Amino acid sequence: MSTMHFHLRLWKQKSATDQGEFIEIDAKEIPSECSFLEMLDIVNNRLTREGKEPVSFASDCREGICGTCHMVINGVPQGPGRGAACQVYMRKFSNGQTITVEPYRVGAFPIVKDLVVNRSAYDRIIRSGGFISEHTGGAPDASATLIPKPVADAAMDAAACIGCGACAAACPNSSAMLFVGAKVTHLGLLPQGQAERKKRARSMVRTMQEEGFGNCSNYYACEAVCPAGVKADVISMLNREYIRGELSEAVGAID
Amino acid sequence: MILDAKIPEGPLEKKWTSFKNNAKLISPANKRKFKVIVVGTGLAGSSASATLAELGYQVETFCFHDSPRRAHSIAAQGGINAAKNYQNDGDSIWRLFYDTIKGGDFRAREANVYRLAEVSGNIIDQCVSQGVPFAREYGGQLTNRSFGGAQVSRTFYAKGQTGQQLLLGAYSALSAQIGLGRVTMHENSEMLDLVLVDGHAKGIVVRNLITGEISTHAADTVLLCTGGYSNVYYLSTNARGSNVTATWRAFKRGAAFANPCYTQIHPTCIPVAGDYQSKLTLMSESLRNDGRVWVPKKKGDSRLPQEIPEEERDYYLERKYPSYGNLAPRDIASRSAKEVCDEGRGVGPGGLGVYLDFSAAIGRLGEKTIRERYGNLFEMYANITGESAYERPMRIYPAVHYTMGGLWVDYNLMSTIPGLHVLGEANFSDHGANRLGASALMQGLADGYFVIPNTLGEYLSTQFGKKVSTDMPEFKKTETEVRARVEKLLAVKGTVPVDEFHRLLGLIIWNECGMARSEAGLKKAISDVRALRERFWKEVAIPGTGVELNQSLERAGRVADFLEFGELMCVDALTREESCGGHFRVEHQTADGEALRHDDKFAEVYAWMFKGEGNDPELVREELKYEAVHLATRSYK
Repeated sequence: MSTMHFHLRLWKQKSATDQGEFIEIDAKEIPSECSFLEMLDIVNNRLTREGKEPVSFASDCREGICGTCHMVINGVPQGPGRGAACQVYMRKFSNGQTITVEPYRVGAFPIVKDLVVNRSAYDRIIRSGGFISEHTGGAPDASATLIPKPVADAAMDAAACIGCGACAAACPNSSAMLFVGAKVTHLGLLPQGQAERKKRARSMVRTMQEEGFGNCSNYYACEAVCPAGVKADVISMLNREYIRGELSEAVGAID
Repeated sequence: MILDAKIPEGPLEKKWTSFKNNAKLISPANKRKFKVIVVGTGLAGSSASATLAELGYQVETFCFHDSPRRAHSIAAQGGINAAKNYQNDGDSIWRLFYDTIKGGDFRAREANVYRLAEVSGNIIDQCVSQGVPFAREYGGQLTNRSFGGAQVSRTFYAKGQTGQQLLLGAYSALSAQIGLGRVTMHENSEMLDLVLVDGHAKGIVVRNLITGEISTHAADTVLLCTGGYSNVYYLSTNARGSNVTATWRAFKRGAAFANPCYTQIHPTCIPVAGDYQSKLTLMSESLRNDGRVWVPKKKGDSRLPQEIPEEERDYYLERKYPSYGNLAPRDIASRSAKEVCDEGRGVGPGGLGVYLDFSAAIGRLGEKTIRERYGNLFEMYANITGESAYERPMRIYPAVHYTMGGLWVDYNLMSTIPGLHVLGEANFSDHGANRLGASALMQGLADGYFVIPNTLGEYLSTQFGKKVSTDMPEFKKTETEVRARVEKLLAVKGTVPVDEFHRLLGLIIWNECGMARSEAGLKKAISDVRALRERFWKEVAIPGTGVELNQSLERAGRVADFLEFGELMCVDALTREESCGGHFRVEHQTADGEALRHDDKFAEVYAWMFKGEGNDPELVREELKYEAVHLATRSYK
């Protein structure tokens, strides 16, 4: 198996209030078949053997679905290519290349340590309305409502969001509208989601603003980096749903 | 100790109904007074938390992830079974029940499995109501596919991301309850011990992974929904964080651990490439609907797959199991792959791989259909291996995927510690010695949405006026013990990274307690695990402190528990002198290499009780009484 060498610039920051700085490490003899996170494992284990503290980074499933990993590799949130950082493979880099790894820079995602940030703002947005209020037990038979395949497919495409936060990290405005749009589109397209449709869009957007995320200015960097391939169309849908929701409330309609 | 499974009286088909008709109820006014701790937010934990909160209980939920949505259920690809019979292909509750019992090689408890099949349809209804976007036909109806061990199409799916969609459904229900203030959610909180008061589970000790703060939490009952222990093998398809700590700590407080040797090796994973590898990636079983498994007939055939003519290929699953073919159950498909590789007919680096070939399906259905069905899986495969499965067959090899063993529970999902309930993969109850595909999602959600809300009253109704608080000495004592354990880890100050011990442990367990197990091998594994454990406590390196985010410390705690658990697993495998399902003892096989059960001696659950450090665990048995099914030799021929 062939090996590669890299020059790494890794962000170290002890805590949210700490200044933080890049440290430079030569990563030698890295198997060319390994993944980016496995390369970081190798580097961390070497640091540990030398009695130094490793660089903290989050990861779990390592197959691109759980959304735990989050970092910016050479300026790109979640790194080059489609998929999350855990799906980046070293063969995508050239031998001897300098690679800069830093945390997401989003005000609403405070840094915890090194490459790890706190993305709980996304959970709070979901808690404010990203669901269908359906108590267990009372559901009608699953086949009772027919949902045309194109509608179900479009809902699925939006629902594929892994909640990793790359969209906000890529956006010059730190906007979370791809994330919020994905949920509003997923539930808004389905017949089951109609009852709470207006309230949902209204309340999720308001929470998003309270959390400090910016607005969309049609840059589409979010779509370019989204590991789950969520399309920026969901933002158009979000805007329509939100306006409908706000107007409805403004005129005192029953929704 | 006698294990009382508390199975309701009456015929199999009536047990659950009669249980519900006679179950102890807690009135709405009293539900508010009871506090429930839920540990884990996978399918079982999220669905239980949401449902119990909807019912009015005070729920406190804990997960070690930074968000409940990250739990490993999210990675399940293929689907979820339900006996809906929407396809009119002869499915029924009985068939789903029987397939599951048979798939488990007649080592699961009848009553639990029947209940699982009974509520399977409700799960689909519930999920659709929550907005889970299951695959549909053009007419708008739900569509199904087949999974291993079944001759009907009863698997519901959402592309190759069914686990994700089901978990996000449960997460959204949980989020709604958190938003309403009915569930208190503790993220980044790892359970490190269970607190017992008068022998009852009444609380937990957790460490905040961000601040290192150790705290205690009290409740009227504790639900463990903490998943399986596949990562004892180091390399598995499980997420890196999945661990045995919560269930192992409960074991050491008195919960019996049942059938730890029952592990599932999944036949279709991307083969291991090198020592640096941190995990294995599953390629969904659903691929076997359209992919054909083969190896060259000739040993050491180094030609490219497309250069090997049809007559020189061995489609060994179709040859050996004509009626189930490529959809033979997982244990059988895995063992067959090992067999052909052991014969020297494996493909790829090191000869540890077999082909999964889609060319016939692409010819029959067109690339577009295949792309629609499995697009994301093919993409994942290309990303990892750099090869396109549209152009050449995938190379696959078995990998550890799921663990059927777990904490022993009765029909009410309560362990041998009163008040400690165990749900989902963390318990042992439904899959016997082998789990069929698309049944894990079904069980996790069945336990959380439909079983525990009905069975919890049996325990809580005995607990009026028995409130506990974290000021009690039992809480202080357990907290002190947890602190001491963390300090002990930090005090080792060795030079060997945690990952190295984990990798070595994995190799021991994979080699001796993996797809084939022998008496000599297991004995050797036990002594090797002990030696490694000793080394760990002398040489492990944990830089940093305990009062900050310290990932080495997190992992060290989990690996320390795996190093103890691995031994129990081998002891169980050594004691079970038969082959059944995923547990294949080489001494017990038929002339043509199939698993040979010994029902006269081993139609029993083996549950192990902790008897103090340094002492052998005590074996307690639960006899499996089969009233409705006839014990048969499993045949998929």
